[in-house]
Amino acid sequence: MTRSKAYLSLLAVLFCLWQTATAQDLASFEKRVHVKTLPNGLTVLLLQRPQAPVFSFFTLVDAGDAQDPQGKTGLAHMMEHMAFKGTENIGTTDAAAEKAALAKVEAAYAAYDRENQRRVGRDAAKVAELKAAWEKAIAEADEYVIKNEFGEIVERNGGVGLNASTGDDSTEYYYSLPANRLELWAFLESERFLDPVLREFYKERDVVMEERRMRTDSSSIGRLVEQFLSVAYDGSPYHRPGIGYASDLRHFSATDAGNFFHIYYVPSNMVVALVGDLDPDATFATLERYFGRIPSGPKPEEYVTEQTPQSAERTVVLKDPSQPFYIEGYQRPNYRDKDNEVYSVISSVLSDGRTSRLYRTLVRDKKIAVAAAGFSGFPGDKYRNLYAIYAVPSRGHTGAEMASAIHEIIARLKSDGLTPEELKMVKTRSRASLLRGLANNQGLASSLATNQLRYGDWREMFRHLDRIDAVTNDDVKRVANEIFVDTNRTVGILENQGASKTSNRGGK
Amino acid sequence: MKRSIKVSTILLAITCAPLLAQNAATSAPQPTAPPATSWKQVAIPQLPPFKPQPPKRIVLANGMVVFLTENHELPFIAGNAMIRGGAEDEPASKTGLVEIYGESWRTGGTEKLSGDQLDDLLEARAAKVETGAAEADTTINFNCLKGDFDDVFAVFVDLLRHPAFREEKLLLAKRQLESSISRRNDETEEIASAQQDILGYGRQSVLARQPEYATVEAITRQDLLDWHKQHATPNNIILGIVGDFDSHEMEATLRKAFGEWPKGAKVAEAKPLIAPEKPGLYLVDKNDVNQSEVRMIAPGIVRRNPDYFALKVMNEILGGGFSSRLFSNLRTKAGLAYSVGGGVGAEWDHPGLTVLEIGTKTETTIDAIRGLWEQIDQMKQQPPTEDELKRAKDAILNSFIFNFDTPGKVLREQETYEFHGYPANFLETYRTGVEKVTTADVARVANQYLHRDQMRVLVVGNASEFSKQLAGLGQVTTLDITIPEPPSAQGAAAPGK
Repeated sequence: MTRSKAYLSLLAVLFCLWQTATAQDLASFEKRVHVKTLPNGLTVLLLQRPQAPVFSFFTLVDAGDAQDPQGKTGLAHMMEHMAFKGTENIGTTDAAAEKAALAKVEAAYAAYDRENQRRVGRDAAKVAELKAAWEKAIAEADEYVIKNEFGEIVERNGGVGLNASTGDDSTEYYYSLPANRLELWAFLESERFLDPVLREFYKERDVVMEERRMRTDSSSIGRLVEQFLSVAYDGSPYHRPGIGYASDLRHFSATDAGNFFHIYYVPSNMVVALVGDLDPDATFATLERYFGRIPSGPKPEEYVTEQTPQSAERTVVLKDPSQPFYIEGYQRPNYRDKDNEVYSVISSVLSDGRTSRLYRTLVRDKKIAVAAAGFSGFPGDKYRNLYAIYAVPSRGHTGAEMASAIHEIIARLKSDGLTPEELKMVKTRSRASLLRGLANNQGLASSLATNQLRYGDWREMFRHLDRIDAVTNDDVKRVANEIFVDTNRTVGILENQGASKTSNRGGK
Repeated sequence: MKRSIKVSTILLAITCAPLLAQNAATSAPQPTAPPATSWKQVAIPQLPPFKPQPPKRIVLANGMVVFLTENHELPFIAGNAMIRGGAEDEPASKTGLVEIYGESWRTGGTEKLSGDQLDDLLEARAAKVETGAAEADTTINFNCLKGDFDDVFAVFVDLLRHPAFREEKLLLAKRQLESSISRRNDETEEIASAQQDILGYGRQSVLARQPEYATVEAITRQDLLDWHKQHATPNNIILGIVGDFDSHEMEATLRKAFGEWPKGAKVAEAKPLIAPEKPGLYLVDKNDVNQSEVRMIAPGIVRRNPDYFALKVMNEILGGGFSSRLFSNLRTKAGLAYSVGGGVGAEWDHPGLTVLEIGTKTETTIDAIRGLWEQIDQMKQQPPTEDELKRAKDAILNSFIFNFDTPGKVLREQETYEFHGYPANFLETYRTGVEKVTTADVARVANQYLHRDQMRVLVVGNASEFSKQLAGLGQVTTLDITIPEPPSAQGAAAPGK
């Protein structure tokens, strides 16, 4: 284990905050973290935290919506849903018969979809016939399904927080269990990435369409964000809705999801972190036994189309029955940029708490907004992304007022940067926030896995702090002047149409 | 932008309990053993016994109840005080008073320091002192690095004893609340939640009423001062502190800070009126959506009800997670919804609400209603199998440890029991209660508490596309959710003064 000097100096700083002499001081933290790369390329981290006989894990896959193939947006997220459907050993009464039945479903779907998409010579009767054949094949395959057995095993064993999420940059799976379920967990989690059976795919596609209706179509902010991102980006996969376009959701198949799985769900592209009351030797032995079963595969190609730097301001105005909302974004480099922590400092000063500049100006003094904040990584930060600032106008106030107030704040940031007190406050807060996070198994598992995957070393969760400590006021001014430029800006305004369409038909 | 598989849990369950490994194997796995090929083969060793130290309970002479839990893992100290009396107890003409109080208590500062000065002082130390309000109580809490405890605790005490409620911050809180009133009909979910309370508790109930422009405008600084004087008295406070301290020293600190504080008058606790609207179909039209939110609502129970345990098990079977009936039948099997769930609700000191909910595309609104009805019928007509019962009980009992796996959770449990007058061992009672539940118990409570004709069926959605079919199910009452204009007509869009 090699440590950088910076890391050591940081340890010293943190140690001052960490006065208590307990078994858990910071020096012991590193001793309690164990990292191993299995022969198949899977990286596993384990942090012992024996406070209670429980553990949490975080499985991180280095693929997200940005990896969705053209014409199949939403596929990464769909695959995440499918990872709850079981395997040949979980969720079926007869794996072999089911496999044959599912192959028939795919063949029938392909035939139906091909006919259905025909631009010339589409035969409606034939489409209906093929559709019926596909539905019949589904009904036959469903005969072998034990519904939700994967979730049921987790739940009946005391699992809590069973969930997963897909972002533009990555996909993550997590929950917590009592510590005596370690081997059971190793079985379940390795099974699901060894051999997921994509059963009930097309019903789950309906579920995801409902998720899209809920998050995007039927939500005013959802509608604005979809329009905003489609304009802010071109080229970059970030311009597409992560949940998928409605037509892609009606089109892609289980075969597509299987292809996605085989490319991206390979051990070299995944990290698993465990935190809790676990013995390292016994745990690693168990992990090797179960996760070692997953065949190795090459790290998938990393290239995606790069976002061209912006040269003209872009604006989206959505006239909507809802109350107004304002967002603007400025392109910035990805998270590997040397100035990444300068953006963190700017976000903290703009957004955190009642001393933040956005709160003090827009909410407290001008009283034109109920909330406002700035943040990096909209909608992800693996690639060139947006530094976004939003404001929720108070009753009677408009997006234009938000814009001018935000621009005044930005102008001041560019000319004067931060006060020494602000800079000090940000650094203190970052340190305390890292420390606070060390008391939570699930949060720690997430941090360890994320830093390992994104930097190749979990210690970056501490080095990040070191780099924040190194940020100067000149850095803040320089970066602010680089990115906060009109021609680098995209504006999204939700404008209230006036009369709310939520009707009022005379009461009872 | 994250999306996730959401298991809709309307009922924030006490999740739960422990050592019942259903897979009997107890032998440790052989290091060389091949991996299991079925989950049933995996050995589940005994969970080591785990009994966290209960917090130390101290009652000061003036009646203040204190709980202390030492936790030396990290150099932080956090405290939370619950104060009896909440939004349930505010006058109807000033609905919103306690919410405004909870906000401007902190922002309004103390007699010595303005709220803005407190912000500077605390943020420089990465510390928090915050106040808030709920139905039955208000709260004040702090969280700081151990080394800053003296400074931060001084702020906490000063704010508890000598808040100033500066007028400018009252005005700010009022503008904020008015803005949230103006936004309350924007999102389906928010509309449904507000109407759910109205239908389930009754339009006149303190549990359902919403602040309006007029009631917010009526709130004065004197109201806040009076509320504080009346409620923030030591005999009305339960204070819990957890973190890196020595209990003896902390006790001395607290006695010094609060020992001289004289007792106040006991606050009368009114029972909230509950008078549900009549069962039937209720509609809110929202024509900018393509998904309907359906809720079926009825009165639930108080946790003291002896049927609580059987109902927790029934809820687990009906709507409690990935393997529940609602999830399996309406989401997995029918593909009708992303968000579906529900059960019979329980509250600490008044009946909760029974709510079954589903969000489905406009075209399948009626199917979703019928689907929920069918699940209610089946819950009554088809008692759980032994395996279904075992699944539900295992889920509750095996996850029981997550109720007390951190010192903070243990402390909060005890504060909550103390506040609502439940026995300190309620969690243990709960575990044994769940262990005893049988399939017959579940069948009995299903028949006693679930009645499809006694539900208030609320639909928020794009009515023009399904209102005809909805009328086919029975008489439909259209709900008027228009936001009443402010009394001062010119106040329509009063920009901040």
